[in-house]
Parts: sequence; C-alpha cells; structure tokens
Amino acid sequence: MSGAGEARVEVAGLSVYFPLYHGSSRSLKKTVFAAAAGRLGEDRQHRVVVQALRDLTFSLSAGDRLGLVGSNGAGKTTLLRTLAGIYEPVQGRVCVQGSINALLDPNLGMNADLTGRENIQLRALYSGLPRAHHRRLEEDVQDFAELGNFLDLPVRTYSSGMVVRLGFALATAIRPQILLMDEWFLAGDSVFMEKAKHRLEEMVRGAEILVLSTHNEAVVQTWCTRVLWMDQGRILRDGPPVDVLEAYLGRPLPGTGVPVGGANAAESDAAG
Amino acid sequence: MSIALQDRPGRAAAPSALLVFNSDLSWSGQHRLAVADLVDGARMWRLAWTLGWLDIRLRYRGSMLGPLWLTLSTAVMVVALGVLYAALFRMDLHEYLPFLALSQVLWGYISTLTSDACTCFTQAEGIIRSIRMPFFLHALRTVIRNILVLAHNVIVIVVVFAVFSVWPGWHALYALPGLALWLIDSLAICLLLGAVCARFRDINPIVMSVMQIAFFITPILWKADQVGRYGAYLPLNPFYSLLEVVRRPLLYEPLPLKVCAAALIYSVLLCGLTWAIFLRARGRLAFWV
Repeated sequence: MSGAGEARVEVAGLSVYFPLYHGSSRSLKKTVFAAAAGRLGEDRQHRVVVQALRDLTFSLSAGDRLGLVGSNGAGKTTLLRTLAGIYEPVQGRVCVQGSINALLDPNLGMNADLTGRENIQLRALYSGLPRAHHRRLEEDVQDFAELGNFLDLPVRTYSSGMVVRLGFALATAIRPQILLMDEWFLAGDSVFMEKAKHRLEEMVRGAEILVLSTHNEAVVQTWCTRVLWMDQGRILRDGPPVDVLEAYLGRPLPGTGVPVGGANAAESDAAG
Repeated sequence: MSIALQDRPGRAAAPSALLVFNSDLSWSGQHRLAVADLVDGARMWRLAWTLGWLDIRLRYRGSMLGPLWLTLSTAVMVVALGVLYAALFRMDLHEYLPFLALSQVLWGYISTLTSDACTCFTQAEGIIRSIRMPFFLHALRTVIRNILVLAHNVIVIVVVFAVFSVWPGWHALYALPGLALWLIDSLAICLLLGAVCARFRDINPIVMSVMQIAFFITPILWKADQVGRYGAYLPLNPFYSLLEVVRRPLLYEPLPLKVCAAALIYSVLLCGLTWAIFLRARGRLAFWV
C-alpha cells in the first residue's frame, strides 16, 4: 500500500485562524490572550480570532526531516494538525501525498473500559488497515507492550506505565510514509524510553518524511536535516539545524551527535 | 535510508492517501469534498458499527440484564402509560395498548436520536482533533447506536402485539419504504444538528424543548381521530407525517397519500438543508468542536 509514489508535502501561503466562539468567559479569554500574545485580531464579522498560522510556505520531499521549534503557542501543533488534514486552511494551499501517521494524541480513541486487545482492534479500524493486517498489528503491539495476560483485561485496570506502553505501541505500530510527531512522544520515564527510543528511531528512519515538533535541541540535531523556527504563527527562520538552532537559542551549540535518550531530562531547559 | 524497512513483516503500513486543500475552494470543490466525506465515512461502516455497538455495551457494562434494561424500562413505561391513558381516554385497552407500544417505541427512537444528534460531533472531539476522519462516520455511529436501541425495544412491540394478538401480517412490509426514509433522515439530522450544535451551543437546549413540545402535539399518547376535524391539519406536523409512514402499515391501517407526500416533502427539505449546512460547516468543524 505504501509504495504508491514518493511522499511529498507542499504548503503555499497557508494561514489558519481560530475563531473563538466560546471565549465568552473572562478567565478563558485571559488564558488565550496570554498564550497567544500579539496574535489576536478581529475578522470581518468582529469575532475574536487567533491567527495560529500566518502565510507559511515550504515544501518537503522524500528524505526530508523537518524539526519545528518555537515557544509555546508558536503554532507548531496547529501546523502538524493542518498537515494531518485535521484543520483545513483558511487561506492558501496544502498538498500532502503519501500515507500519514500523526502521533498527536497518545490515547487516540483508546477506551479504558475495553481490553487491550479490543483497543488494538479498534485502532486497526480507525487507521483503515486492511483486515489482513489486523492480526499483524495485534502481534506487533503484543510483542512490544509486553502486557502479558493484562492484554485481555480492561485498560482501566492497567498501571499508568502500562497504559503508556500500550498507547505508544499502538501509535508506533503503523508505518507511514509521512510521520508527524508532537513532542509528548519524547517524554516518558527513562526505563521505558530506552526501549521506546529504538522503536521510534526505526520508525523515523522508515518514514520518507518526518515533521517533528519539539523543544529538545538534541533531538532536533540528531534527527532533523532542516529546522523551521516558528514564532506567532510565522516562519522566523528556515534552514539547516545548526544555523537555525543557534539563532533560536541565541548561543552556539555544544557539538553535534548527542544521544537522543540522554537529552530528555534537559528538555525543559531547552524550551526557553 | 528507508530501504530495508519498507516491507518488514510484523509492521502494518498505513494506507496511502493524497490530501489537497485549497482555501479558495469553489462551490464544486466544497461539494466534492463533502461527497468524499460521505463516501469515505460509508466505507468505514465496520468501525461505525463497532463504535455504535460498544457505546451500548459499555453503557450497560457489569449489569446483569445488559442492554435488555432498555427493553424492560420501555415495557414498564408502556404498560403504566397504557393502563392510565386507556382509563383517561375511556378507550379499550385491547385497542389502545398496541397503538401506544408502537408509538412510544418509535417516538423513543426519534427523540433520542435527535438529542444524540446534537452531540454527534462534540462528543467525538478527541478523535476529530487527533486524526482525520470522515465526519459522516460520527453520524453513522450515532444512527447505528440508536437503531440498536430500537431493535431492543422492538421486543416490547412484539410481545404486546402477541398478547393482544394483533398482527399486521404481510401488510407490515409497507413500512419498509418508510423505514428507509427514516434511515436517510436520521443520517441527515445527525449531520445537520451535529454541525449546528458544534457551532452554536445554545441550539442543544432549544432542540430539547422543541422535542418535548413535539411529543405532546404529535399523536403518540392520543390518536389522530380524537382531535376531530383538526385531524386534517395534522400532516403539517413533520413528526406526525414521518411517524405515520412507519406506524400505519404496522397497525394494519391504510396510509393516505397526503401523509406520504408530506413525509417525502419534509425529508427532501431536511436533506437539502443538511447538505447546504454541511457544505459550509465541514471544513470548519474541527475548529468548532
């Protein structure tokens, strides 16, 4: 299925505005104002809108590994969602060719009242897998998550670590041409991360195009060949990782090739 | 880079797709995307069925009777109302109870479906915001869930009909076109109310009160001939017309052409309105939920 031509992503003049219909409560308004400082405006009908993405233009072809950096609320997740086809552009054009797996929500469609096995089947249906592959998916997740007999018990009875293992195994079981990944995937307890890292790296290598949103400079340096620095919904800078990261961080980078797993602890520091 | 990994056994590949979005879509472009949404959604019927069935199963998880509670509560309701209103209206229980059982069960479907339709998209918020799915899938899930509830309640009708030995016989088959119309209308109402309620949160309570009023002004507890000459105006009530195209054949009563025509006209209007709203709302729904 995946061999239906080279993956590519083309984005031209893309803008996405969020109308704030339900922002009538004062506290919510305040929160939004704080998060999206400088990005609020009014549209023609005088509704408050957040300009989440403003006039983005770039294209990616097979082999590209794009990292998105920027402060919270810079529009990184919105861009991922737009590429995944969840949000449709308000202005401009988006063209995405190739199979997509968007790792945006760790518990996508997971139902705590169902058993692990039932959740696997549900995910297979959500992903539109051909029925012949359902069995494969189940075996793959079973092997990775190592839940043993718990796989036949409701997810509600799992420890939080087990839920993370199942969610991660499910999300990473489906191999796409274009992998869209939000930063939560890089967080997790260190013991599990060692195992997860290997699987994720394999998946990243297998994907033709990677778009990764993260605060973690080491991950960007290891995995990405290109970086977009986003600020208030705009592209501030676009180029090779070292150049953009140095400009973004405002200091020279401490050498390349930092192992991915080891840098996770420093993630929060890198955010500033 | 990706050579050796392409077809490794044990990993499932995501289905390939081409997504193209233009903001300046022409009317026909919007139309095409909306049609694609319906077609893709219909293709995922297996998922819709699973989700609809799970909704019911999980609601009654751990209870002994399971979904049969639906049947039981409807049965109690019908018997209680039946005995009371037969006395109030001075009607023969033999005649009234089968009518009431059928009306109550059918109305139960209409009213729960309508209220579920309002939350059809807002309830699926988590999914809508994390993966691209046809919106029609959520409508399909809501309708399937309600049809399954209806199927449980049909037992009440069958038992009441058996007790009073009123059988419509083959005449009941005349209800099939009506049921087909219901299916189409159900899907339309889910898309319509689901989209409108996602955008305007005030609509949901309004729909609730409209349904409450509709329950009393539609012949469900009472019979159409009880209002005398005003009965001629009843087909103006969309709920009456739509109810009758299914109810009358099942009660072995003739179906007037006027009622059929009214039901068809209302359905066409509903579908037309739904399409007009859905065309505009589809691309924005992910922002609204």
